[in-house]
Amino acid sequence: MTTALDLANPDTFPSRRDEDWKYSDVRRLLRTMPPASPVGVVHGGGPFFEHGGDALTFINGRAVGDDHFTAFGDHVVRLRFVSEASETGHTVTATVGARRNSKLIILESHEGAGSAYVAHNRLTIAAASGAEIVRIVLVDEPADALSITQASVTLGAGATFAQTVLTTGAKLQRFETRVKHPGEGTRVRIDGAYLVEESRHADMTTEVDHVGGNGETDQLTKGVVRDAGRGVFQGRIIVREGADGTDARMGHHALITSDRGEVDAKPELEIYADDVSCAHGNTVGALDESALFYMEQRGIPADEAKVLLTEAFLMEVVDRIGHEGARERVRAWLMERL
Amino acid sequence: MLSISNLSVSVSDKPILKGLSLDVPAGEVHAVMGPNGAGKSTLGYALAGRPNYEVTGGSATWRGEDLLDLEPAERAAKGLYLSFQYPVEIPGVPALTFVRAAINAQRKARGEAEMTAPEFLKAAKAAATALKMDFDMLKRPLNVGFSGGEKKRMEVLQMALLQPSMLILDETDSGLDIDALKVVADGVNALRSPERSMLVITHYQRLLDYIRPDRVHVLAGGRIVASGGPELALELEAEGYDKYLEVA
Repeated sequence: MTTALDLANPDTFPSRRDEDWKYSDVRRLLRTMPPASPVGVVHGGGPFFEHGGDALTFINGRAVGDDHFTAFGDHVVRLRFVSEASETGHTVTATVGARRNSKLIILESHEGAGSAYVAHNRLTIAAASGAEIVRIVLVDEPADALSITQASVTLGAGATFAQTVLTTGAKLQRFETRVKHPGEGTRVRIDGAYLVEESRHADMTTEVDHVGGNGETDQLTKGVVRDAGRGVFQGRIIVREGADGTDARMGHHALITSDRGEVDAKPELEIYADDVSCAHGNTVGALDESALFYMEQRGIPADEAKVLLTEAFLMEVVDRIGHEGARERVRAWLMERL
Repeated sequence: MLSISNLSVSVSDKPILKGLSLDVPAGEVHAVMGPNGAGKSTLGYALAGRPNYEVTGGSATWRGEDLLDLEPAERAAKGLYLSFQYPVEIPGVPALTFVRAAINAQRKARGEAEMTAPEFLKAAKAAATALKMDFDMLKRPLNVGFSGGEKKRMEVLQMALLQPSMLILDETDSGLDIDALKVVADGVNALRSPERSMLVITHYQRLLDYIRPDRVHVLAGGRIVASGGPELALELEAEGYDKYLEVA
Protein backbone atom coordinates (compact mmCIF):
# COMPACT_ATOMS: atom_id res chain seq x y z
CA MET A 1 0.00 0.00 0.00
CA THR A 2 1.52 3.27 -1.03
CA THR A 3 -1.21 5.70 -0.01
CA ALA A 4 -2.72 6.09 3.43
CA LEU A 5 -5.90 4.23 4.20
CA ASP A 6 -8.97 6.29 3.35
CA LEU A 7 -12.41 4.76 3.87
CA ALA A 8 -13.75 6.97 1.08
CA ASN A 9 -11.35 5.44 -1.43
CA PRO A 10 -11.51 1.65 -1.83
CA ASP A 11 -8.27 1.73 -3.81
CA THR A 12 -6.46 2.43 -0.56
CA PHE A 13 -7.84 -0.65 1.27
CA PRO A 14 -4.84 -2.83 2.05
CA SER A 15 -4.79 -6.52 1.25
CA ARG A 16 -2.51 -9.39 2.19
CA ARG A 17 -0.43 -8.55 -0.86
CA ASP A 18 0.81 -5.52 1.07
CA GLU A 19 3.66 -6.86 3.18
CA ASP A 20 2.65 -4.73 6.13
CA TRP A 21 -0.88 -6.14 6.06
CA LYS A 22 -0.23 -9.75 5.14
CA TYR A 23 -1.85 -11.10 8.31
CA SER A 24 -4.71 -8.55 8.35
CA ASP A 25 -6.37 -8.51 4.97
CA VAL A 26 -8.82 -5.60 4.98
CA ARG A 27 -9.78 -6.02 1.35
CA ARG A 28 -11.04 -9.53 1.97
CA LEU A 29 -13.71 -8.06 4.27
CA LEU A 30 -14.22 -4.64 2.74
CA ARG A 31 -14.26 -3.87 -0.97
CA THR A 32 -16.42 -0.80 -1.24
CA MET A 33 -16.80 2.40 0.70
CA PRO A 34 -19.14 1.76 3.63
CA PRO A 35 -22.15 4.09 3.99
CA ALA A 36 -21.47 6.91 6.45
CA SER A 37 -22.35 6.30 10.09
CA PRO A 38 -25.21 8.39 11.49
CA VAL A 39 -24.87 11.04 14.16
CA GLY A 40 -24.70 9.34 17.54
CA VAL A 41 -25.27 10.17 21.17
CA VAL A 42 -22.67 9.38 23.81
CA HIS A 43 -23.83 7.48 26.87
CA GLY A 44 -21.91 7.31 30.12
CA GLY A 45 -18.39 8.42 30.77
CA GLY A 46 -16.41 5.44 29.52
CA PRO A 47 -14.22 2.97 31.40
CA PHE A 48 -11.94 5.67 32.81
CA PHE A 49 -14.74 7.98 33.95
CA GLU A 50 -13.75 7.82 37.61
CA HIS A 51 -10.24 9.05 36.81
CA GLY A 52 -11.59 12.49 35.92
CA GLY A 53 -9.58 14.83 33.74
CA ASP A 54 -10.69 16.36 30.49
CA ALA A 55 -12.62 14.43 27.89
CA LEU A 56 -11.94 14.31 24.18
CA THR A 57 -14.79 12.29 22.77
CA PHE A 58 -15.66 11.11 19.30
CA ILE A 59 -18.80 9.28 18.34
CA ASN A 60 -19.25 7.71 14.94
CA GLY A 61 -16.43 9.83 13.61
CA ARG A 62 -17.62 13.17 14.94
CA ALA A 63 -16.01 15.13 17.72
CA VAL A 64 -18.17 16.04 20.70
CA GLY A 65 -16.59 19.46 21.16
CA ASP A 66 -12.88 19.75 20.39
CA ASP A 67 -10.96 17.31 18.21
CA HIS A 68 -7.60 18.12 19.74
CA PHE A 69 -6.04 18.50 23.16
CA THR A 70 -2.80 20.09 24.28
CA ALA A 71 -1.32 19.73 27.75
CA PHE A 72 0.65 22.59 29.31
CA GLY A 73 1.15 21.32 32.88
CA ASP A 74 -0.08 18.08 34.43
CA HIS A 75 -3.14 16.75 32.66
CA VAL A 76 -5.30 13.68 32.32
CA VAL A 77 -7.32 13.38 29.14
CA ARG A 78 -9.91 10.70 28.55
CA LEU A 79 -9.75 10.06 24.84
CA ARG A 80 -12.87 8.18 23.80
CA PHE A 81 -13.56 6.64 20.43
CA VAL A 82 -17.17 5.57 20.57
CA SER A 83 -18.76 3.58 17.77
CA GLU A 84 -22.48 2.98 17.88
CA ALA A 85 -23.32 2.00 14.37
CA SER A 86 -24.44 -0.89 12.24
CA GLU A 87 -23.01 -1.71 8.83
CA THR A 88 -21.76 1.85 8.37
CA GLY A 89 -18.30 3.41 8.55
CA HIS A 90 -16.63 6.43 10.05
CA THR A 91 -13.23 8.05 10.37
CA VAL A 92 -11.80 10.06 13.22
CA THR A 93 -8.84 12.40 13.02
CA ALA A 94 -7.57 13.51 16.42
CA THR A 95 -4.53 15.29 17.75
CA VAL A 96 -3.09 15.17 21.24
CA GLY A 97 0.04 16.96 22.36
CA ALA A 98 2.12 17.73 25.40
CA ARG A 99 4.09 20.98 25.55
CA ARG A 100 7.64 21.24 26.82
CA ASN A 101 8.16 19.60 30.23
CA SER A 102 4.46 18.92 30.70
CA LYS A 103 2.98 15.61 31.78
CA LEU A 104 0.00 14.08 30.03
CA ILE A 105 -1.86 10.89 30.83
CA ILE A 106 -4.02 9.71 27.96
CA LEU A 107 -6.69 7.28 29.11
CA GLU A 108 -7.99 6.04 25.81
CA SER A 109 -10.98 3.82 25.22
CA HIS A 110 -12.45 2.29 22.11
CA GLU A 111 -16.06 1.63 22.99
CA GLY A 112 -18.01 -0.27 20.40
CA ALA A 113 -21.74 -0.95 20.31
CA GLY A 114 -23.92 -1.96 17.41
CA SER A 115 -22.62 -4.34 14.81
CA ALA A 116 -20.54 -4.75 11.70
CA TYR A 117 -19.33 -1.18 11.66
CA VAL A 118 -16.09 0.00 10.13
CA ALA A 119 -14.07 2.38 12.29
CA HIS A 120 -10.89 4.13 11.25
CA ASN A 121 -9.11 6.24 13.83
CA ARG A 122 -6.15 8.43 12.95
CA LEU A 123 -4.37 9.88 15.89
CA THR A 124 -1.40 12.21 16.02
CA ILE A 125 0.48 12.38 19.31
CA ALA A 126 3.31 14.81 19.91
CA ALA A 127 5.46 15.23 23.01
CA ALA A 128 7.76 18.25 23.06
CA SER A 129 11.18 18.00 24.65
CA GLY A 130 11.15 16.98 28.27
CA ALA A 131 7.45 16.13 28.13
CA GLU A 132 6.08 12.86 29.46
CA ILE A 133 3.13 11.08 27.88
CA VAL A 134 1.53 7.97 29.31
CA ARG A 135 -1.00 6.35 26.98
CA ILE A 136 -3.22 3.59 28.32
CA VAL A 137 -5.71 2.06 25.93
CA LEU A 138 -8.64 -0.31 26.44
CA VAL A 139 -10.21 -1.64 23.26
CA ASP A 140 -13.61 -3.29 23.55
CA GLU A 141 -15.49 -3.87 20.32
CA PRO A 142 -18.15 -6.20 18.91
CA ALA A 143 -17.07 -9.49 17.35
CA ASP A 144 -18.21 -8.39 13.87
CA ALA A 145 -16.61 -4.93 13.80
CA LEU A 146 -13.76 -3.93 11.53
CA SER A 147 -11.57 -1.39 13.21
CA ILE A 148 -8.24 0.19 12.46
CA THR A 149 -6.45 2.64 14.71
CA GLN A 150 -3.29 4.31 13.43
CA ALA A 151 -1.30 6.48 15.78
CA SER A 152 1.69 8.50 14.74
CA VAL A 153 3.89 9.59 17.63
CA THR A 154 6.61 12.22 17.48
CA LEU A 155 8.87 12.92 20.44
CA GLY A 156 11.20 15.75 21.35
CA ALA A 157 14.59 15.26 22.95
CA GLY A 158 14.41 13.96 26.50
CA ALA A 159 10.72 13.13 26.21
CA THR A 160 9.16 9.98 27.65
CA PHE A 161 6.42 7.97 26.01
CA ALA A 162 4.92 4.94 27.76
CA GLN A 163 2.08 3.07 26.08
CA THR A 164 0.02 0.06 27.15
CA VAL A 165 -2.73 -1.28 24.90
CA LEU A 166 -5.18 -4.00 25.92
CA THR A 167 -7.57 -5.49 23.44
CA THR A 168 -9.96 -8.36 22.91
CA GLY A 169 -10.00 -8.01 19.12
CA ALA A 170 -12.89 -7.81 16.66
CA LYS A 171 -13.69 -9.38 13.30
CA LEU A 172 -10.58 -7.61 12.12
CA GLN A 173 -8.88 -5.19 14.40
CA ARG A 174 -5.58 -3.49 13.82
CA PHE A 175 -3.88 -1.28 16.36
CA GLU A 176 -0.93 0.52 14.85
CA THR A 177 1.58 2.74 16.61
CA ARG A 178 4.44 4.39 14.77
CA VAL A 179 6.97 6.26 16.84
CA LYS A 180 9.63 8.61 15.55
CA HIS A 181 12.34 8.29 18.16
CA PRO A 182 14.86 11.17 18.27
CA GLY A 183 17.24 9.48 20.72
CA GLU A 184 19.00 11.99 22.98
CA GLY A 185 17.82 10.50 26.25
CA THR A 186 14.27 9.96 25.02
CA ARG A 187 12.67 6.85 26.45
CA VAL A 188 9.89 4.79 24.93
CA ARG A 189 7.99 1.91 26.49
CA ILE A 190 5.49 0.37 24.14
CA ASP A 191 3.52 -2.54 25.57
CA GLY A 192 0.43 -4.49 24.69
CA ALA A 193 -1.73 -7.44 25.65
CA TYR A 194 -4.34 -9.22 23.58
CA LEU A 195 -6.89 -11.78 24.67
CA VAL A 196 -8.82 -13.12 21.70
CA GLU A 197 -11.60 -15.69 21.72
CA GLU A 198 -14.08 -17.22 19.29
CA SER A 199 -13.07 -16.09 15.82
CA ARG A 200 -11.76 -12.66 16.75
CA HIS A 201 -8.66 -11.10 15.27
CA ALA A 202 -6.34 -8.67 17.02
CA ASP A 203 -3.35 -7.16 15.24
CA MET A 204 -0.78 -5.18 17.17
CA THR A 205 1.60 -3.46 14.83
CA THR A 206 4.31 -1.13 16.03
CA GLU A 207 7.25 0.65 14.55
CA VAL A 208 9.83 2.57 16.52
CA ASP A 209 12.26 4.47 14.34
CA HIS A 210 15.43 5.55 16.12
CA VAL A 211 16.75 8.44 14.08
CA GLY A 212 19.11 9.81 16.75
CA GLY A 213 21.57 8.20 19.16
CA ASN A 214 21.32 7.37 22.85
CA GLY A 215 17.63 6.56 22.88
CA GLU A 216 15.88 3.76 24.70
CA THR A 217 12.98 1.52 23.68
CA ASP A 218 11.49 -1.22 25.83
CA GLN A 219 8.68 -3.28 24.34
CA LEU A 220 6.66 -6.13 25.80
CA THR A 221 3.61 -7.63 24.13
CA LYS A 222 1.81 -10.68 25.45
CA GLY A 223 -1.17 -12.47 24.02
CA VAL A 224 -3.57 -15.29 24.75
CA VAL A 225 -5.55 -16.90 21.97
CA ARG A 226 -8.53 -19.15 22.63
CA ASP A 227 -10.96 -20.98 20.35
CA ALA A 228 -10.37 -19.98 16.71
CA GLY A 229 -8.97 -16.58 17.62
CA ARG A 230 -6.03 -15.04 15.84
CA GLY A 231 -3.36 -12.80 17.25
CA VAL A 232 -0.95 -10.82 15.10
CA PHE A 233 2.16 -9.10 16.35
CA GLN A 234 4.30 -7.05 14.01
CA GLY A 235 6.99 -5.18 15.84
CA ARG A 236 9.68 -3.27 14.03
CA ILE A 237 12.51 -1.35 15.60
CA ILE A 238 14.70 0.61 13.23
CA VAL A 239 18.04 2.01 14.32
CA ARG A 240 19.24 4.46 11.68
CA GLU A 241 22.81 5.02 10.67
CA GLY A 242 24.48 7.13 13.32
CA ALA A 243 21.92 6.34 16.02
CA ASP A 244 24.71 4.95 18.21
CA GLY A 245 24.14 4.19 21.86
CA THR A 246 20.58 3.02 21.17
CA ASP A 247 19.24 0.54 23.70
CA ALA A 248 16.24 -1.40 22.38
CA ARG A 249 14.53 -4.50 23.70
CA MET A 250 11.51 -6.22 22.20
CA GLY A 251 9.58 -9.16 23.58
CA HIS A 252 6.48 -10.89 22.26
CA HIS A 253 5.10 -13.94 24.02
CA ALA A 254 1.84 -15.69 23.26
CA LEU A 255 -0.15 -18.64 24.53
CA ILE A 256 -2.53 -20.59 22.34
CA THR A 257 -4.99 -22.59 24.43
CA SER A 258 -6.87 -24.38 21.65
CA ASP A 259 -6.14 -26.41 18.53
CA ARG A 260 -7.72 -23.84 16.23
CA GLY A 261 -6.06 -20.66 17.50
CA GLU A 262 -3.35 -18.91 15.51
CA VAL A 263 -0.62 -16.42 16.25
CA ASP A 264 1.43 -14.71 13.59
CA ALA A 265 4.46 -12.89 14.87
CA LYS A 266 6.90 -10.79 12.89
CA PRO A 267 9.49 -9.17 15.13
CA GLU A 268 12.01 -7.15 13.18
CA LEU A 269 15.13 -5.31 14.23
CA GLU A 270 16.66 -3.25 11.44
CA ILE A 271 19.98 -1.95 12.64
CA TYR A 272 22.16 0.36 10.60
CA ALA A 273 24.26 1.76 13.47
CA ASP A 274 27.35 0.10 14.94
CA ASP A 275 27.36 0.73 18.65
CA VAL A 276 23.94 -0.40 19.83
CA SER A 277 22.42 -2.77 22.36
CA CYS A 278 19.41 -4.51 20.87
CA ALA A 279 17.64 -7.73 21.78
CA HIS A 280 14.41 -9.44 20.96
CA GLY A 281 12.60 -12.53 22.10
CA ASN A 282 9.55 -14.19 20.64
CA THR A 283 7.77 -17.27 21.96
CA VAL A 284 4.47 -18.94 21.16
CA GLY A 285 3.36 -21.91 23.20
CA ALA A 286 0.59 -23.66 25.09
CA LEU A 287 -0.33 -23.52 28.75
CA ASP A 288 2.14 -25.52 30.80
CA GLU A 289 0.54 -28.95 31.30
CA SER A 290 2.67 -29.78 34.31
CA ALA A 291 1.68 -26.50 35.99
CA LEU A 292 -1.98 -27.24 35.27
CA PHE A 293 -1.75 -30.70 36.80
CA TYR A 294 0.11 -29.36 39.82
CA MET A 295 -2.64 -26.81 40.44
CA GLU A 296 -5.38 -29.39 39.98
CA GLN A 297 -3.62 -31.72 42.39
CA ARG A 298 -3.91 -28.98 45.02
CA GLY A 299 -7.65 -28.82 44.44
CA ILE A 300 -7.97 -26.00 41.91
CA PRO A 301 -10.37 -27.18 39.16
CA ALA A 302 -8.93 -27.25 35.63
CA ASP A 303 -10.92 -24.26 34.31
CA GLU A 304 -9.97 -22.12 37.29
CA ALA A 305 -6.34 -23.20 36.99
CA LYS A 306 -6.29 -22.13 33.32
CA VAL A 307 -7.71 -18.71 34.20
CA LEU A 308 -5.14 -18.25 36.97
CA LEU A 309 -2.25 -19.13 34.65
CA THR A 310 -3.62 -16.91 31.86
CA GLU A 311 -4.09 -14.03 34.26
CA ALA A 312 -0.57 -14.40 35.62
CA PHE A 313 0.80 -14.49 32.09
CA LEU A 314 -0.92 -11.30 30.91
CA MET A 315 -0.56 -9.36 34.15
CA GLU A 316 3.16 -8.93 33.54
CA VAL A 317 2.16 -6.29 30.99
CA VAL A 318 -0.30 -4.60 33.36
CA ASP A 319 2.26 -4.56 36.17
CA ARG A 320 4.49 -2.32 34.05
CA ILE A 321 1.96 0.52 34.10
CA GLY A 322 3.40 3.15 36.41
CA HIS A 323 0.17 5.06 37.11
CA GLU A 324 -1.36 3.18 40.04
CA GLY A 325 -5.00 4.18 39.59
CA ALA A 326 -5.02 3.38 35.88
CA ARG A 327 -3.11 0.16 36.51
CA GLU A 328 -5.77 -1.10 38.90
CA ARG A 329 -8.53 -0.09 36.48
CA VAL A 330 -6.82 -1.98 33.66
CA ARG A 331 -6.27 -4.99 35.92
CA ALA A 332 -9.96 -5.10 36.78
CA TRP A 333 -10.90 -4.66 33.11
CA LEU A 334 -8.76 -7.63 32.15
CA MET A 335 -9.97 -9.82 35.02
CA GLU A 336 -13.56 -9.31 33.87
CA ARG A 337 -12.63 -10.68 30.47
CA LEU A 338 -10.53 -13.72 31.42
CA MET B 1 -8.08 -46.68 54.38
CA LEU B 2 -6.39 -46.45 51.00
CA SER B 3 -7.00 -49.66 49.14
CA ILE B 4 -5.23 -50.41 45.87
CA SER B 5 -6.09 -53.64 44.16
CA ASN B 6 -4.40 -55.17 41.14
CA LEU B 7 -3.66 -51.72 39.67
CA SER B 8 -2.20 -51.58 36.18
CA VAL B 9 -1.04 -48.32 34.64
CA SER B 10 0.50 -47.51 31.27
CA VAL B 11 2.33 -44.42 30.18
CA SER B 12 2.44 -43.84 26.40
CA ASP B 13 1.16 -47.40 25.94
CA LYS B 14 4.04 -48.80 27.97
CA PRO B 15 2.89 -50.84 30.98
CA ILE B 16 4.56 -49.54 34.15
CA LEU B 17 2.42 -50.84 37.00
CA LYS B 18 1.39 -54.44 36.47
CA GLY B 19 -1.17 -55.48 39.04
CA LEU B 20 -0.08 -53.59 42.14
CA SER B 21 -1.98 -54.24 45.38
CA LEU B 22 -1.52 -52.33 48.60
CA ASP B 23 -3.61 -51.28 51.61
CA VAL B 24 -2.76 -48.35 53.88
CA PRO B 25 -5.11 -48.31 56.90
CA ALA B 26 -6.07 -45.02 58.54
CA GLY B 27 -3.44 -43.77 60.98
CA GLU B 28 -0.60 -45.72 59.37
CA VAL B 29 2.48 -44.66 57.48
CA HIS B 30 3.64 -47.03 54.76
CA ALA B 31 6.85 -46.74 52.80
CA VAL B 32 7.20 -47.85 49.20
CA MET B 33 10.81 -48.50 48.27
CA GLY B 34 12.28 -49.73 45.08
CA PRO B 35 14.96 -49.37 42.46
CA ASN B 36 14.93 -46.64 39.84
CA GLY B 37 12.38 -47.31 37.12
CA ALA B 38 10.26 -49.62 39.29
CA GLY B 39 7.20 -47.38 38.90
CA LYS B 40 7.29 -45.55 42.25
CA SER B 41 6.49 -42.09 40.86
CA THR B 42 3.95 -43.60 38.47
CA LEU B 43 2.03 -44.92 41.49
CA GLY B 44 1.80 -41.42 42.96
CA TYR B 45 0.82 -39.80 39.67
CA ALA B 46 -1.78 -42.45 38.86
CA LEU B 47 -3.42 -42.07 42.27
CA ALA B 48 -3.46 -38.28 41.83
CA GLY B 49 -4.90 -38.55 38.31
CA ARG B 50 -2.15 -37.14 36.13
CA PRO B 51 -3.13 -37.02 32.43
CA ASN B 52 -1.39 -39.64 30.26
CA TYR B 53 -1.10 -42.06 33.19
CA GLU B 54 -3.66 -44.47 31.85
CA VAL B 55 -5.22 -46.95 34.26
CA THR B 56 -5.67 -50.17 32.32
CA GLY B 57 -6.92 -52.37 35.15
CA GLY B 58 -7.60 -52.71 38.86
CA SER B 59 -8.99 -50.24 41.37
CA ALA B 60 -8.02 -47.68 43.99
CA THR B 61 -10.39 -46.51 46.70
CA TRP B 62 -10.05 -44.01 49.52
CA ARG B 63 -12.41 -44.41 52.49
CA GLY B 64 -14.41 -46.79 50.32
CA GLU B 65 -14.84 -44.33 47.44
CA ASP B 66 -13.50 -44.98 43.97
CA LEU B 67 -10.66 -42.55 43.28
CA LEU B 68 -9.90 -43.36 39.68
CA ASP B 69 -13.11 -41.92 38.20
CA LEU B 70 -12.55 -38.52 39.78
CA GLU B 71 -10.88 -35.45 38.31
CA PRO B 72 -7.54 -34.57 39.95
CA ALA B 73 -9.06 -31.57 41.77
CA GLU B 74 -11.92 -33.75 43.07
CA ARG B 75 -9.41 -36.23 44.47
CA ALA B 76 -7.64 -33.36 46.21
CA ALA B 77 -10.92 -32.19 47.72
CA LYS B 78 -11.42 -35.73 49.06
CA GLY B 79 -8.14 -35.28 50.94
CA LEU B 80 -5.53 -36.71 48.60
CA TYR B 81 -2.24 -34.82 48.51
CA LEU B 82 0.77 -35.65 46.38
CA SER B 83 4.02 -34.03 47.42
CA PHE B 84 5.93 -33.75 44.14
CA GLN B 85 9.45 -35.01 43.66
CA TYR B 86 9.98 -31.96 41.43
CA PRO B 87 7.56 -29.23 42.54
CA VAL B 88 6.43 -27.13 39.58
CA GLU B 89 7.14 -23.42 39.19
CA ILE B 90 4.05 -21.26 38.73
CA PRO B 91 5.23 -17.91 37.29
CA GLY B 92 3.16 -14.87 38.20
CA VAL B 93 1.12 -16.53 40.95
CA PRO B 94 2.38 -15.64 44.44
CA ALA B 95 2.63 -18.65 46.77
CA LEU B 96 0.13 -17.16 49.21
CA THR B 97 -2.41 -16.50 46.46
CA PHE B 98 -1.95 -20.02 45.17
CA VAL B 99 -2.38 -21.78 48.50
CA ARG B 100 -5.41 -19.71 49.46
CA ALA B 101 -7.01 -20.44 46.06
CA ALA B 102 -6.36 -24.16 46.65
CA ILE B 103 -7.79 -24.17 50.18
CA ASN B 104 -10.91 -22.33 49.13
CA ALA B 105 -11.42 -24.42 45.99
CA GLN B 106 -11.28 -27.56 48.15
CA ARG B 107 -13.63 -26.07 50.72
CA LYS B 108 -16.07 -25.03 48.02
CA ALA B 109 -16.01 -28.55 46.54
CA ARG B 110 -16.82 -29.96 49.99
CA GLY B 111 -19.61 -27.42 50.57
CA GLU B 112 -17.70 -25.67 53.36
CA ALA B 113 -17.34 -21.95 54.03
CA GLU B 114 -14.30 -20.20 52.53
CA MET B 115 -11.34 -19.32 54.72
CA THR B 116 -11.16 -15.57 55.30
CA ALA B 117 -8.03 -13.58 54.47
CA PRO B 118 -7.09 -12.90 58.16
CA GLU B 119 -7.62 -16.57 59.10
CA PHE B 120 -5.49 -17.64 56.19
CA LEU B 121 -2.66 -15.19 56.90
CA LYS B 122 -2.50 -16.29 60.52
CA ALA B 123 -2.32 -19.96 59.54
CA ALA B 124 0.27 -19.29 56.83
CA LYS B 125 2.50 -17.34 59.20
CA ALA B 126 2.37 -20.13 61.79
CA ALA B 127 3.16 -22.77 59.17
CA ALA B 128 6.09 -20.75 57.81
CA THR B 129 7.54 -20.29 61.28
CA ALA B 130 7.26 -24.02 62.04
CA LEU B 131 9.13 -24.80 58.81
CA LYS B 132 11.75 -22.08 59.43
CA MET B 133 10.70 -20.31 56.21
CA ASP B 134 10.94 -16.58 55.59
CA PHE B 135 7.33 -15.40 55.31
CA ASP B 136 8.29 -12.88 52.60
CA MET B 137 9.20 -15.80 50.37
CA LEU B 138 5.51 -16.70 50.25
CA LYS B 139 4.81 -13.41 48.51
CA ARG B 140 6.96 -14.48 45.57
CA PRO B 141 5.63 -16.50 42.63
CA LEU B 142 5.29 -20.10 43.75
CA ASN B 143 8.55 -22.05 43.50
CA VAL B 144 10.03 -19.62 40.94
CA GLY B 145 13.72 -19.27 41.72
CA PHE B 146 13.36 -21.36 44.90
CA SER B 147 16.18 -23.77 45.72
CA GLY B 148 15.45 -27.51 45.79
CA GLY B 149 15.18 -27.42 49.58
CA GLU B 150 12.88 -24.39 49.54
CA LYS B 151 10.57 -26.11 47.09
CA LYS B 152 10.31 -29.17 49.37
CA ARG B 153 9.53 -26.95 52.35
CA MET B 154 6.85 -25.28 50.23
CA GLU B 155 5.32 -28.71 49.62
CA VAL B 156 5.20 -29.39 53.35
CA LEU B 157 3.84 -25.92 54.06
CA GLN B 158 1.00 -26.57 51.63
CA MET B 159 0.32 -29.89 53.37
CA ALA B 160 0.16 -28.15 56.73
CA LEU B 161 -2.35 -25.62 55.39
CA LEU B 162 -4.46 -27.95 53.27
CA GLN B 163 -4.63 -30.62 56.00
CA PRO B 164 -5.07 -33.55 53.63
CA SER B 165 -6.13 -36.95 54.95
CA MET B 166 -4.20 -39.10 52.46
CA LEU B 167 -0.60 -38.04 51.82
CA ILE B 168 1.68 -39.37 49.15
CA LEU B 169 5.27 -38.19 49.51
CA ASP B 170 7.27 -38.75 46.34
CA GLU B 171 11.02 -38.67 47.07
CA THR B 172 10.55 -35.82 49.51
CA ASP B 173 14.13 -36.21 50.74
CA SER B 174 15.79 -35.68 47.36
CA GLY B 175 17.70 -32.43 47.19
CA LEU B 176 17.65 -31.87 50.96
CA ASP B 177 20.65 -31.54 53.23
CA ILE B 178 20.39 -33.13 56.65
CA ASP B 179 19.18 -30.01 58.47
CA ALA B 180 16.49 -29.34 55.88
CA LEU B 181 15.52 -33.01 55.98
CA LYS B 182 14.91 -32.81 59.74
CA VAL B 183 12.74 -29.70 59.36
CA VAL B 184 10.73 -31.27 56.57
CA ALA B 185 10.36 -34.57 58.46
CA ASP B 186 9.17 -32.70 61.56
CA GLY B 187 6.57 -30.99 59.41
CA VAL B 188 5.36 -34.30 58.04
CA ASN B 189 5.41 -36.00 61.45
CA ALA B 190 3.29 -33.18 62.87
CA LEU B 191 0.56 -34.31 60.47
CA ARG B 192 0.55 -37.91 61.68
CA SER B 193 -2.82 -38.68 63.21
CA PRO B 194 -5.21 -41.61 63.65
CA GLU B 195 -7.33 -40.34 60.73
CA ARG B 196 -4.51 -39.81 58.23
CA SER B 197 -2.79 -42.29 55.99
CA MET B 198 0.61 -41.68 54.45
CA LEU B 199 2.46 -43.32 51.62
CA VAL B 200 6.15 -42.45 51.62
CA ILE B 201 7.83 -43.18 48.30
CA THR B 202 11.59 -43.27 48.54
CA HIS B 203 14.65 -44.80 46.98
CA TYR B 204 16.82 -44.47 50.09
CA GLN B 205 16.28 -45.57 53.65
CA ARG B 206 17.59 -42.25 55.02
CA LEU B 207 14.20 -40.50 55.08
CA LEU B 208 12.71 -43.37 57.08
CA ASP B 209 15.05 -42.62 60.00
CA TYR B 210 13.03 -39.44 60.38
CA ILE B 211 9.59 -40.47 59.17
CA ARG B 212 9.22 -43.91 60.74
CA PRO B 213 6.94 -46.19 58.76
CA ASP B 214 4.60 -48.83 60.17
CA ARG B 215 5.09 -50.99 57.10
CA VAL B 216 7.60 -51.14 54.25
CA HIS B 217 6.83 -52.45 50.76
CA VAL B 218 9.21 -53.22 47.96
CA LEU B 219 8.08 -52.15 44.49
CA ALA B 220 9.88 -53.81 41.61
CA GLY B 221 8.80 -54.52 38.06
CA GLY B 222 5.47 -52.76 38.59
CA ARG B 223 4.33 -54.89 41.55
CA ILE B 224 4.75 -55.10 45.31
CA VAL B 225 7.17 -58.00 45.66
CA ALA B 226 7.80 -57.95 49.41
CA SER B 227 6.31 -56.35 52.52
CA GLY B 228 7.49 -56.19 56.08
CA GLY B 229 8.10 -54.03 59.13
CA PRO B 230 10.55 -51.13 59.40
CA GLU B 231 13.44 -53.59 59.52
CA LEU B 232 12.87 -54.34 55.83
CA ALA B 233 14.09 -50.83 54.97
CA LEU B 234 17.35 -51.44 56.84
CA GLU B 235 17.79 -54.75 55.07
CA LEU B 236 17.33 -53.06 51.69
CA GLU B 237 19.84 -50.39 52.63
CA ALA B 238 22.39 -53.08 53.48
CA GLU B 239 21.72 -55.53 50.66
CA GLY B 240 20.32 -53.42 47.80
CA TYR B 241 17.47 -54.28 45.46
CA ASP B 242 19.23 -56.95 43.42
CA LYS B 243 17.36 -59.96 44.73
CA TYR B 244 14.02 -58.27 44.05
CA LEU B 245 14.99 -57.43 40.50
CA GLU B 246 15.36 -61.16 39.88
CA VAL B 247 11.92 -61.83 41.38
CA ALA B 248 10.37 -59.13 39.25
